[in-house]
Amino acid sequence: MTDSKYFTTTKKGEIFELKAELNSDKKEKKKEAVKKVIASMTVGKDVSALFPDVVNCMQTDNLELKKLVYLYLMNYAKSQPDMAIMAVNTFVKDCEDPNPLIRALAVRTMGCIRVDKITEYLCEPLRKCLKDEDPYVRKTAAVCVAKLHDINAQLVEDQGFLDTLKDLISDSNPMVVANAVAALSEIAESHPSSNLLDLNPQSINKLLTALNECTEWGQIFILDCLANYTPKDDREAQSICERVTPRLSHANSAVVLSAVKVLMKFMEMLSKDLDYYGTLLKKLAPPLVTLLSAEPELQYVALRNINLIVQKRPEILKHEMKVFFVKYNDPIYVKLEKLDIMIRLASQANIAQVLAELKEYATEVDVDFVRKAVRAIGRCAIKVEQSAERCVSTLLDLIQTKVNYVVQEAIVVIKDIFRKYPNKYESVIATLCENLDSLDEPEARAAMIWIVGEYAERIDNADELLESFLEGFHDESTQVQLQLLTAIVKLFLKKPTETQELVQQVLSLATQDSDNPDLRDRGYIYWRLLSTDPVAAKEVVLAEKPLISEETDLIEPTLLDELICYIGTLASVYHKPPSAFVEGGRGVVHKTLPPRTASNESTESPETAPAGAPPGEQPDVIPAQGDLLGDLLNLDLGPPVSGPPLATSSVQMGAVDLLGGGLDSLMGDEPEGIGGTNFVAPPTAAVPANLGAPIGSGLSDLFDLTSGVGTLSGSYVAPKAVWLPAMKAKGLEISGTFTRQVGSISMDLQLTNKALQVMTDFAIQFNRNSFGLAPAAPLQVHAPLSPNQTVEISLPLSTVGSVMKMEPLNNLQVAVKNNIDVFYFSTLYPLHILFVEDGKMDRQMFLATWKDIPNENEAQFQIRDCPLNAEAVSSKLQSSNIFTVARRNVEGQDMLYQSLKLTNGIWVLAELRIQPGNPSCTDLELSLKCRAPEVSQHVYQAYETILKN
Amino acid sequence: MIGGLFIYNHKGEVLISRVYRDDIGRNAVDAFRVNVIHARQQVRSPVTNIARTSFFHVKRSNIWLAAVTKQNVNAAMVFEFLYKMCDVMAAYFGKISEENIKNNFVLIYERLDEILDFGYPQNSETGALKTFITQQGIKSQHQTKEEQSQITSQVTGQIGWRREGIKYRRNELFLDVLESVNLLMSPQGQVLSAHVSGRVVMKSYLSGMPECKFGMNDKIVIEKQGKGTADETSKSGKQSIAIDDCTFHQCVRLSKFDSERSISFIPPDGEFELMRYRTTKDIILPFRVIPLVREVGRTKLEVKVVIKSNFKPSLLAQKIEVRIPTPLNTSGVQVICMKGKAKYKASENAIVWKIKRMAGMKESQISAEIELLPTNDKKKWARPPISMNFEVPFAPSGLKVRYLKVFEPKLNYSDHDVIKWVRYIGRSGIYETRC
Repeated sequence: MTDSKYFTTTKKGEIFELKAELNSDKKEKKKEAVKKVIASMTVGKDVSALFPDVVNCMQTDNLELKKLVYLYLMNYAKSQPDMAIMAVNTFVKDCEDPNPLIRALAVRTMGCIRVDKITEYLCEPLRKCLKDEDPYVRKTAAVCVAKLHDINAQLVEDQGFLDTLKDLISDSNPMVVANAVAALSEIAESHPSSNLLDLNPQSINKLLTALNECTEWGQIFILDCLANYTPKDDREAQSICERVTPRLSHANSAVVLSAVKVLMKFMEMLSKDLDYYGTLLKKLAPPLVTLLSAEPELQYVALRNINLIVQKRPEILKHEMKVFFVKYNDPIYVKLEKLDIMIRLASQANIAQVLAELKEYATEVDVDFVRKAVRAIGRCAIKVEQSAERCVSTLLDLIQTKVNYVVQEAIVVIKDIFRKYPNKYESVIATLCENLDSLDEPEARAAMIWIVGEYAERIDNADELLESFLEGFHDESTQVQLQLLTAIVKLFLKKPTETQELVQQVLSLATQDSDNPDLRDRGYIYWRLLSTDPVAAKEVVLAEKPLISEETDLIEPTLLDELICYIGTLASVYHKPPSAFVEGGRGVVHKTLPPRTASNESTESPETAPAGAPPGEQPDVIPAQGDLLGDLLNLDLGPPVSGPPLATSSVQMGAVDLLGGGLDSLMGDEPEGIGGTNFVAPPTAAVPANLGAPIGSGLSDLFDLTSGVGTLSGSYVAPKAVWLPAMKAKGLEISGTFTRQVGSISMDLQLTNKALQVMTDFAIQFNRNSFGLAPAAPLQVHAPLSPNQTVEISLPLSTVGSVMKMEPLNNLQVAVKNNIDVFYFSTLYPLHILFVEDGKMDRQMFLATWKDIPNENEAQFQIRDCPLNAEAVSSKLQSSNIFTVARRNVEGQDMLYQSLKLTNGIWVLAELRIQPGNPSCTDLELSLKCRAPEVSQHVYQAYETILKN
Repeated sequence: MIGGLFIYNHKGEVLISRVYRDDIGRNAVDAFRVNVIHARQQVRSPVTNIARTSFFHVKRSNIWLAAVTKQNVNAAMVFEFLYKMCDVMAAYFGKISEENIKNNFVLIYERLDEILDFGYPQNSETGALKTFITQQGIKSQHQTKEEQSQITSQVTGQIGWRREGIKYRRNELFLDVLESVNLLMSPQGQVLSAHVSGRVVMKSYLSGMPECKFGMNDKIVIEKQGKGTADETSKSGKQSIAIDDCTFHQCVRLSKFDSERSISFIPPDGEFELMRYRTTKDIILPFRVIPLVREVGRTKLEVKVVIKSNFKPSLLAQKIEVRIPTPLNTSGVQVICMKGKAKYKASENAIVWKIKRMAGMKESQISAEIELLPTNDKKKWARPPISMNFEVPFAPSGLKVRYLKVFEPKLNYSDHDVIKWVRYIGRSGIYETRC
């Protein structure tokens, strides 16, 4: 008998025929018909019209038929909720069947039918099944609770199923325990605050016992659950590790990886001096290597994880380089990952072998792989200084092959090598120049131009080479254009006599004929620099370049720590936190590695390492591209960060933007020819002629936080302050303040026209800032602003703009445009406009979080001369969304425990100490704890501002 | 957890589609077909994320199996599950092909219902599954209550892989030590990497619930035992091997292995893989390949390859095959070999040299002249490595089975009554020499 015939019925009128067959009296015919229905369903045909007929077949003692009907029900019940009710009776009856397989089948299927009315009927049978005498029914019922929770969480809580589920953790049958753990873990994920799993040493012990007995899948559920536990001290961590290590010999790779996850996480708590720590490190290597003999798909998962492990604890696999050598028949995804790990493991000890391998790979077929191999050779040169010479000669050999993409890739990496070891390998430049014509990729062209510019004084025909690129200037990509501009300016500074014409040419190309603002701005800056002060220009353009770091593509340390907590899961495959690819609130709880806590401090060495590796060990990550001032110093050709893009807002540290105050003065200077150079000012002067001496930088117009009294509706609002004086903006004066009312932030502006002409066409734009503030609507000035007129505008703000860390943190750089010109200013916003309305943390959570944040993150402040009592303080703060979670009186002092949340989700916890009985002491003491300690200072300022007004 | 499971044929038509989670819609089925099966480019990753939905796939012949999820699932588990799923299907109806899947689709749906609940893998041991899902439909209609509870306790119990009450007239077991030896050698004969990955496969036909203990010449165990008698250590020490790592079937008590390094278990009935292991030290490389490639002008290539067998002269290697890659622009090949048969296979771009049998400590040689078409292709020929296949009747790692003891306390048969067979087979894994 073959069932494949069911797939081939395609004739018309099929549904009617099926209907007739389904209602047939003959059992066999009925079964055949249901099979046909399922086959059509699989192929994607809509057979929902047969619903009543199929459901009629449900009342049968033939289990196979019953299963098929159930399968149909699960698919279509949602589209036919009323009819689905017809099935309820059979389900309820089946739940009482003497055969445990049928009881389990009924409860399993019922949980998959997402119809409210059915769900109601599910509760009673489920309750019974959770306590069924048969373990098979219990294990099925345990999963069913998770299903029900997915449909109706409230119902599950009301019915007390969660408690029953918790009891199942102590069940005598290991599979029931495993499924209960899986269900609870899933439910707990959607309630991060609830202490559902309630892991304590006793329950952990039960889990560890069940671990030895249950199926491979059950072991995975239990290990994944264990990984969420934080042992109370290093001893407990060690004892759990000891009981988990045997899992490393399991044949199932997922069990092994989950065990590795638990060990990697708990290891964090162990002291490095401990003998056991070393033993554990040694035990981890062999199972990780064994994973590489699994099927290719699993190898891929393993390699992605090993990539993380190698970054976190390089010592584990440092001797295992050979196993990562690429095999000819490996699938490409395995090859690329192996290569990545090889570069990370490369060291002086193994560099010879690695280089020989890489050279071999560079002759393979797959273009991506070859490119990566060439790039890897460059990385080796930068990482292991002793090998640099060999790497360079290998690269030269590869350039001789004349394979286009190999040559280009080699040139890109040689540029990095020049950066790392300046003035060492220039002898190769001649060879590079021979290949100039074959470069057709922007990155390679840009690299080559950089090299020519950098070593212009040693290349006789540097001007000719650069000139040849200049011909097709407008067809080049931005990267190449920028590089060419910089290179020619460098050339000019080095050989001013012969290249004046060339530099004039490139400057006019960049400033006049280009639509690209980056290019134009850079062009202008060079132009002004050269025309104002060529000596300064030399200092800026030919400045000493900072060293490039040895490692690239490193995952940022906090993300790495989080990913270590996700070993084995998709997050570790994507190298992204779950929030980047999981929808909704499920599974996006931020995980961190446990801090090290010794069981007995006195016996430990006095050095208490903070969570994670000490800061000194963390290698710096190469700053991302697109940082403008860095650009000017031509750092933009730093090795690209080619790791998977991070979807979360990674705050760029220390980036300085063009809008920043530092460059204002540069722009403010009167343009005039200086010295012997006969430069003409750029044609479109951005600076008004009637402007006097430069008026400081935008940063001087600081918004005075402490003056004036604000109205107390919503959060505290500071009075308006002048942000942009008329003198600096051709007669436009802007003053303003920030407000927060019922959840929305706005910027209240007052625009005054002090010029003699009408102003129109207003627009506003913010530079990237620390909290992503951005105008939520365009700046609307309805009528033209006539001289001496003032308008008041409230500009709604959103916090979804792009993020860049500013210094100070609350600095906001603004550009305002009108028909006359564009003006820039910067202001500081009070942090309390970012305090959100749902910033009240529940008590339990507060306590747990307070403990969880390391003490280094605590900051202490004093608020002087604030003669308020606790109630007044509390209510005043509450109106600005600082919530009092708890209040306590200790020895005549009032302690307020407060929480607040910033728009970007950062929680700040505060402890405020007030001494009401003591009139001589009116100072308040404030302790702040936050995972991002840099905000503390600003939160303190906000406190002070709010309390004193 | 796993949100859905789809099986497609090579054209991308759905053969099986089972959705476990509400967040997976019908469009997921199409998304995978369009973005992966019908994608123009070669597959670059076994995990694909399309519109916040992740797809895991494996391919068996021309059948695609895909698991879908929207959550942060345990990726290793999903792949292990997919492989297990293939094993289960193969155990029921043999080869995984479109025909077989269509013929057994009802069975597959039943299986999927049983081994995956709400996306959580449940018991997937075929032995246990076969007790209540059979190819003839469901067994359970006429079962007694005892039988039913026996099934459920087996499916959920501690020894999920074996049922009670198995009886054989003759208690017999077969042990196969199957090794694949992997080598990557430089043209100069330097070993770049070499390892043996081995498996111990056991076929057991034993009555009752036998307790087994397996022993081999593991260095750690032998050194531990040898502490008392120093003489023995030096004697047996030579024959012991260092195992880099090993993994075991779930029937083996891992905690006992971790503490005492003893391998004890109650075996499943029939065939199963007891352990896998890997060694890298003191490997006997059965063959050595010495290549010599010379380019004569632009249109000719001379290749000479010598193979040397390196094991006891009394043993015979079988199924020897040497594969010498040729450039894409090869126009003609002339081969001369001392032993066996050699042929140029244009479709595979290789000269394949086959020798049926070869004794230890022998040498053989092939030489070939390859004529090339002149090309203006700038790309150099990548010179893939010369690969080899063979089978030898010993374990290249040096592993020896020392004992396999069987105890069955309830039934009255002793270890001596069990007939035991041991066999060693060494095969080539990826055995390559660069040229």
